[in-house]
Amino acid sequence: MDQQFINILSEYPAGKKEGLLPILQEIQKERGFLTEDVLADVSLHLNLPINKIYGVAAFYDQFHFHPHGRNHFRICNGTACYLFGSSTFLKELEKQLKVKAGSTSRDGKFSLEIVTCLGSCDQAPVILVNETYYTRVTPGDLNKIIHSLKDKEE
Amino acid sequence: MQFDIEINKEHVTAKKGETIKNVLDRIGIKVPTLCYMNGFSPTGNCRMCVVEVDGIPGLVPSCSHPVEEWMKIRTHSPRVIKARKTLVELLLASHPNDCLYCERNGQCELQALAAELDVRERKYQSKRNSNQIDKACPSIERDTAKCVLCGRCIRICDEIIGVGAIDVIGRGSESRIGTTYNKGLNVRACVKCGQCIQVCPTGALSEKQTFQSVIEVLNNPDLYPVIQFSPTVPASIAEEFNLKTNKDILNLFRAALKKMGFRQIFDTSMAADLTIMEEAAEFTDRFNKHRSLPMFTSCCPSWVKFVEDIRPKFLENLSSARSPQQMMGRLIKQYITSSAGQKSKNVFIVSVMPCTAKKYEAGLDNQKESEVPFVDAVITTRELIKMIRLLGIDFSGLEPEPNDSAFSIRSSAGKLFGISGGHLEGVLRTIGFMMTGQEMNPLKINDLRGLKSRKETRIKIGKHFINVVSVSGLANVKTLLDEIEAGRNDIHLVEVMTCPFGCINGGGQPKGSDEKSLKMRMKTIYDVDEEEIIKVAHKNPIIKDLYEKFLAKPNSDRNKELLHVSRCPVEL
Amino acid sequence: MSAPNTQQIKDFLVEKIVKNYSGFFDKGTADLLAQIKREKISHPVVYIGMGTCGLIAGSDKTFRAAEKYFEENKVDAELVKVGCLGLCSAEPLMDVQLPGKTRISFQHVTEEKVEDLLNAVFHHTVMSENAIGQYRFHSHEEWPGLGYIEQLPFFALQRRNVLRNTGNISPFNINDYLANGGYRSLFKTVLNYTAEKVCEIIDQSELRGRGGGGYPTGKKWSVALNTGSDQKYLICNADESDPGAFMDRTLLEGDPHRVIEGIAIAAYAIGANKAYIYLRSEYKQSLSILQNALQQAKEYGFLGENIFGSGVNLNILIHQGAGAFICGEETALIASLEGGRGIPHEKPPYPAEKGLFGHPTIVNNVETLANIPAILENGPLWFKSIGKKGSTGTKVFSLTGKGVNSGTIEIPMGIKISDIVNSIAGGVKDGKKLKAVQLGGPSGVCIPLKDMETEIGFDSLQVIGASLGLGGLIILDEDTCMVNLCRYFMEFLQKESCGKCIPCREGTKRMLEILDSTIRRPKEEGSHDTLERFKGVVQLETLAEVIRDTSLCGLGQNAPNPVLSSLKWFREEYEEHIFDRKCQAGVCHDLRTYFIDPELCTGCNVCQKKCPENAIIGSVKMPHFIIESKCTGCGICFDSCKFSAIYFK
Repeated sequence: MDQQFINILSEYPAGKKEGLLPILQEIQKERGFLTEDVLADVSLHLNLPINKIYGVAAFYDQFHFHPHGRNHFRICNGTACYLFGSSTFLKELEKQLKVKAGSTSRDGKFSLEIVTCLGSCDQAPVILVNETYYTRVTPGDLNKIIHSLKDKEE
Repeated sequence: MQFDIEINKEHVTAKKGETIKNVLDRIGIKVPTLCYMNGFSPTGNCRMCVVEVDGIPGLVPSCSHPVEEWMKIRTHSPRVIKARKTLVELLLASHPNDCLYCERNGQCELQALAAELDVRERKYQSKRNSNQIDKACPSIERDTAKCVLCGRCIRICDEIIGVGAIDVIGRGSESRIGTTYNKGLNVRACVKCGQCIQVCPTGALSEKQTFQSVIEVLNNPDLYPVIQFSPTVPASIAEEFNLKTNKDILNLFRAALKKMGFRQIFDTSMAADLTIMEEAAEFTDRFNKHRSLPMFTSCCPSWVKFVEDIRPKFLENLSSARSPQQMMGRLIKQYITSSAGQKSKNVFIVSVMPCTAKKYEAGLDNQKESEVPFVDAVITTRELIKMIRLLGIDFSGLEPEPNDSAFSIRSSAGKLFGISGGHLEGVLRTIGFMMTGQEMNPLKINDLRGLKSRKETRIKIGKHFINVVSVSGLANVKTLLDEIEAGRNDIHLVEVMTCPFGCINGGGQPKGSDEKSLKMRMKTIYDVDEEEIIKVAHKNPIIKDLYEKFLAKPNSDRNKELLHVSRCPVEL
Repeated sequence: MSAPNTQQIKDFLVEKIVKNYSGFFDKGTADLLAQIKREKISHPVVYIGMGTCGLIAGSDKTFRAAEKYFEENKVDAELVKVGCLGLCSAEPLMDVQLPGKTRISFQHVTEEKVEDLLNAVFHHTVMSENAIGQYRFHSHEEWPGLGYIEQLPFFALQRRNVLRNTGNISPFNINDYLANGGYRSLFKTVLNYTAEKVCEIIDQSELRGRGGGGYPTGKKWSVALNTGSDQKYLICNADESDPGAFMDRTLLEGDPHRVIEGIAIAAYAIGANKAYIYLRSEYKQSLSILQNALQQAKEYGFLGENIFGSGVNLNILIHQGAGAFICGEETALIASLEGGRGIPHEKPPYPAEKGLFGHPTIVNNVETLANIPAILENGPLWFKSIGKKGSTGTKVFSLTGKGVNSGTIEIPMGIKISDIVNSIAGGVKDGKKLKAVQLGGPSGVCIPLKDMETEIGFDSLQVIGASLGLGGLIILDEDTCMVNLCRYFMEFLQKESCGKCIPCREGTKRMLEILDSTIRRPKEEGSHDTLERFKGVVQLETLAEVIRDTSLCGLGQNAPNPVLSSLKWFREEYEEHIFDRKCQAGVCHDLRTYFIDPELCTGCNVCQKKCPENAIIGSVKMPHFIIESKCTGCGICFDSCKFSAIYFK
């Protein structure tokens, strides 16, 4: 356990289960994803079986247990984005990036995640790559985005 | 407060605070359920128990909905039956189609429900769950394809055993019951007690079966198979085969085992006497030296695992004595090699236990001598029942087999090990004798009897008072450990059994044990104690003989090597 | 008069404005108030919409461009970050106000337009292609030739009560809220009213919960108030996770203090001294705005210990959700707050009696709470005068889909759906025909054209089998395939089902499978397959009934709605998919039949090479042809043709 981690835990009283989600959120913010040894330490701190912690974490979309790719695609599949064809974009992304939604490519370059709503229905369809928003995306735009990122990775 | 409600057009009196199901149970109307567990607060997972209530638009779950004064209830209206049937059809849509080959065929609650609701076709076509059997655990096997996510296993593991080894992983139709990072069940938290198997309505959970290999051994002319049985097993067999639980039952039971091909049969109770001797001496020593108190019993492997893996602070409090199964194994291996002229490697020791954790215990590294385990195979009571049927043993035609084995005598104290409180009672009788040189009077300790999860009492031995606690249901032990950690220091001796009410309700016992059958099994054991002449371990002539010829003084260094284990903390 | 310092402004606002709820001010007070409200300004003020929708559209760049403009031109101007005005489709929005003149609003102000636009304004002209209107204000000089904002069709039918400040004031500065009458209701409440009285007022207003259930808020509060307990909780449900609904976010980002004030009054009414805001995890902007707002409210003494010296205490904590739709359900939300899986439990017991950590708990939606301050300010009769009987007040909607305008709107209950579509949304985009309006989120229903004249309201919608839901309103045009849309919702619901009860977990999955088989190209062309698929659709109805009847919580009980409503109103589309294997809207790719236009085909051979089924024949430089029986409808040829020679029916 490093200092940063100890600091996070110390903000939440030991043995109080209601601290679980905020703790996991903070750890994931720092580390990017949740590992088993991290969960084990949280388990000790909250006096909860580790499996219960995993059960809680695996329930929520926010938590993930593998690192994202260097280029993390979030494709919005809210109703508006659906109406503007997001499912086609999803297929295209899966094909071109060679990753399935919800996973990371083996070389760690790309990962793809479906999100419910990015909150910009008026500019649908929306794709978020790392921190950059692409709005009113057309198939042509998508190709450009993918190619520029692939070139960057080469 | 009492009031009238209407159920299926009849007036029924109900009490405020009752659930609809409480009332239905009382008036003899059965509603199906897959998730309900007696003694647990209802969760409403399965929705099978829904009923129609006038004025409520949807159907309401009778297990959790409280009765109210105006209620008019229909429990089996066409709408209700259609709903229940559809629910079963939904479950069956993805359920594997292999009932004939399933462990639970004929005893499956889902199968029974499908029959009851007259499900005659696979109405919803869906991709069937593929069988992915989790074999990681030495005691328990899981087949998530057959799981209906009723949640009973999770609840018993959380609330009764208190270890929370499993949980629902994921969400929606992707939900599966599993463990951390979807690794197998061989996780630190699981204590292998098998209580989850007991409550599983389908074939999703079962013990890791070894009886097939036992049958192979029985047919191998080069091997010399012998069997030891736990004190609780004969009563369960009697129950299963509708035999009278009189004195003859043990001899009938022996006869059955002989018929199956076991060369010699041993009653583990005798080793329990040995355990008592060692434990009693160990306790007296600790008591006199005021060291490592309270002392915890160590016969329950699930409990030992719990201390090792989850509460290692208490390792030094555990008795170092091996469990009766392991002592017995060790003894008979030595005995047979020297007496029956068999080579050690040819002797195959099977033990039949009401327990799944014993399978795990027998495989532990510290339960072996130069790589050879003391016990070669452990089968559960359920597996033995299967074997009896498979090998065509018919009790009605059996001649009772006299007890002629080498370790044929046991005291009734050893027999008591199967019930929560019984182990304490048995060991206290010898502690009393060891500390004072006189037999305790009376021998019977009423405070330690009965179906209670925690029993506490104070026993006067000579000039000392000894405070003892008997706890069953591992979750209750956590409370006790917390008390001790918080500074409680008046307790001297604690008996722990992982399964609620002890081994009579073990994870390897026949399924569907209710309170009635538990009381029956308990009575059988206490009756034996009533009638037995030798009621204390130290008066067992075999034990005396063993100590004179073979062993050193109880709890001596020499015996330590043979009958004890060293409790070293497991690396966390 | 020298400009007052921060402390002076604070004291002025708290003592002279908040604590004076008569509404009458002396001249000096009125003058200073007008300055703080930016009604009287001595230098130009620029407002930029910085809600999430604005940010995604690039308003932060617009902001920096404006900042740079004023720096370079050495103009002493105030830049105000505001929330979203609601007209999201017009983002980035920038308003400019010159001293003495009315405030003008410009749309689509991307960074490169800032300079020209501001130059024009300072030369007293407006770039008409960007200007959407001006704000009416009695003492300000008007811009000639420019319409009023409130007269725009998008705003004309709206009645903005809870959105009153949104887009107009700075959500980052509590003074803006105070100057506009904020926290006066809280002051009045804690000093003048008993908790019972507050419950009574809310009950009289006939306010019903805006989170979907529509339970009378005052009645709910009374239950919690009358349940004896030493600890009670108020939870503000801001876990807005309907896909396509974002009105709570608009509110939280545009006027956070209104929600906080509502929470404070509600907590007082039920006797809670601890409140939680359960905020959807994705709402990062809302989080920082709320955190800042809570901090300010505490500094001003509106939260914390001994509020206004009344002896009342209240702490508000933000709890971030973690991405699970089901946590919008109150018992699941409570389970999640307690640190567990967001699994709903059986009601009764209701949270008002036994909720968070076993204590009485009220869970109210953001919009419900945002309504509270104004009800206390203007009285229940005022609130009842808006809307219609049984559905009093206003309702906020997220307007999305194929309408010309989209965004967040607030309308008085009782206006017709068609008014929203035709006036507020400005009709359907690109001159397409309206097909239906989807209302109430993923478990809502599609309202067909024949019911467009239905009035918005709890009971009136129920008559046509619909419900308000959270307030997502989606306009569907003729290019929408109702079967595919229904499948979309079912996919969402089965993914978001918590998995606890069988009907919801297994039932939604089976429904999805049946819908999947309906939109897929059949494996074989035989009639057996058609029959199976038809049987599937019949099974949908049985399944729907059982899922609705037996599910544990609202998610499951309402999950069949999209199926039932589409089967009821658009059954012919299902039949078309099954019997004719056609999708009129062309959305279901699998059912497309592809053809090659011989006029356009150059015979380049690309499609032939790419076709995985060898279904295309033709020689080089000659028009190609698709063998229909071999084609699986994968669409690879369509995507690969550079000459648009391939079309589908």
